[in-house]
Amino acid sequence: MKYKVPTTVDVMKTTFCSGCGQGVVNRLIGEIMEELGTAEKLVVTTDVACGAMNVDFWNFDTIVGAHGRPLPTATAVKKVRPDCLSLAHLGDGAAYNIGMAETMHAAIRDDDVFALVLNNCVFAMTGGQTSATTMLGQKTKSSIQGRKVEVEGKPFHIENALSGMDIAYLARGSIESVPSIRKTKQYLKTAFEKHKNNEGFVLVEILTPCPTNWGMTPVESMKRIKEEVMVEYPVGEFINRGGGK
Amino acid sequence: MAKVLMTGNEAVGEAAIRAGCRFYSGYPITPQTEILQYLSWRMPEVGGKFVQAEAELSAVNMLYGAASAGARTFGSTSGPGFSLMQEGISYIAAADLPLVIVNVMREGSGLGNIGASQGDYLQMTKGGGHGDYHTIVLAPANVQESADMMVLGFDLAEKYLHPVLIATDAAIGQMVEGVELPDFITHDIDKFDWAVRGCKKGDKPRTIQNIYFMDDNYEQHLREKYARMVENEQRWESIEVEDADIVLVSYGISSRLCKEAIKIARKEGFKLGLIRLITLWPFPEKAFAEVNPDVKGYLSVEMSTIGQVKDDIRLATGCTKLVDNYGSMMELPEPEGIIEKAKSML
Repeated sequence: MKYKVPTTVDVMKTTFCSGCGQGVVNRLIGEIMEELGTAEKLVVTTDVACGAMNVDFWNFDTIVGAHGRPLPTATAVKKVRPDCLSLAHLGDGAAYNIGMAETMHAAIRDDDVFALVLNNCVFAMTGGQTSATTMLGQKTKSSIQGRKVEVEGKPFHIENALSGMDIAYLARGSIESVPSIRKTKQYLKTAFEKHKNNEGFVLVEILTPCPTNWGMTPVESMKRIKEEVMVEYPVGEFINRGGGK
Repeated sequence: MAKVLMTGNEAVGEAAIRAGCRFYSGYPITPQTEILQYLSWRMPEVGGKFVQAEAELSAVNMLYGAASAGARTFGSTSGPGFSLMQEGISYIAAADLPLVIVNVMREGSGLGNIGASQGDYLQMTKGGGHGDYHTIVLAPANVQESADMMVLGFDLAEKYLHPVLIATDAAIGQMVEGVELPDFITHDIDKFDWAVRGCKKGDKPRTIQNIYFMDDNYEQHLREKYARMVENEQRWESIEVEDADIVLVSYGISSRLCKEAIKIARKEGFKLGLIRLITLWPFPEKAFAEVNPDVKGYLSVEMSTIGQVKDDIRLATGCTKLVDNYGSMMELPEPEGIIEKAKSML
């Protein structure tokens, strides 16, 4: 098999921390856009945090949305330009904390929009505070003794919240190993195909590392995803309306 | 074109459609709900998109997306919902996006009540959301102007690439009057090259963002933009100010009662005049140059307990004249009460 670097993302120019997961996800988006022939149709709405830096690395039209609100913004883009693909690029804090209402109602309306959630179990840009997906016992800047059930509740699972909802697609992938990255690419590609066909709301969550705020090396972070995070948050397809490949 | 009978709220909705608006998002809140209801069927009828959002927070961010993509875009709300939209309006101003938002003002702070009031003057004219910005604010006084200002609002929004707010209220929104509706305009969604649509290979990607401050010229751009608005867009109506002893300053529904007060007062020989604000921002300072230099004072007549326009009058007159306010957030001002208060200033 012949590999080539996608031209739609600049994989050399990056300002992310060492070991950040954004670069891998960016490359997957670029590869899929080129494989589907949709690169010239994609509009991405980012959130305000680390993900907003991507506007400098993507050769896509972009909107920097307000914190937690990229989904309504991306929904409206799709409504007025139905021939575009409209991706909302979110973190766990944006999708599941401040933007939970937006996430739920995009799903309830089954909006033609793609929600991509990079879940690193922490508010990263602000220096590492507890988010809805922070693991029990995980120490953050706003839970210095570790997340406790009696204080912050249990970690949030999107597959439970959207269980039984009439949406086009819901999956979770990981990028801690090459096999996981390949699997994640399949989920993303299925989701992009469904979105391209205007099949309704698609959400793909990807477990990503944040070595800076986890206080770990990049290698230790990948090990943590495999041994801890993927145990709490299983990967796989949860909703796939109409089947598909 | 023949006049038709419509409420102010319906006229706003129909005028937006005729001005080429093809995206609307809002949330039910009295007394603006008729705009949302009207567009829920009217927008799809002309091939546009209507979304009743889960909250004004979401609605305003939908407006942000539709305007970013080049569509003529408008939203409406009232009071508490307008507060929820402030973060989004700040983003839209920062991103230099053209769109129109109508605030059908209601009573009070907090929940207040659903009757007519004019308590959002400060919030609408001084920025309202976080950070360093103004928006153009238009204030119709009747149903005809409600329709006309939708068209003007879109034109000004696109002239300056900036959000335009329209300050109406429960009385103007709910009253039925004859209105000559504007002609239909077709808006080209590709009119502006900056609007996102997908980037052709080899082209420079478009980015709509609120962080232009990274650009060295950003502050200069802002200063010039606001200076042009202040110079070119002050709008007002003056009535008998050249010889007036007291000049009323008013806008919207209250200004209609001021006109009645002038008629009564002038019959009695009391020289009352009026500056009716048509733009609330930029504040029509130029109007004050036309006033009798020996005027005894200015009376702000507004549906507000605290008198929100007072300070702008003081600034426009260099604090050289007596300035007072008359009004209640709950009750429409009475002509007799206006005259009595004005006389007390002599």
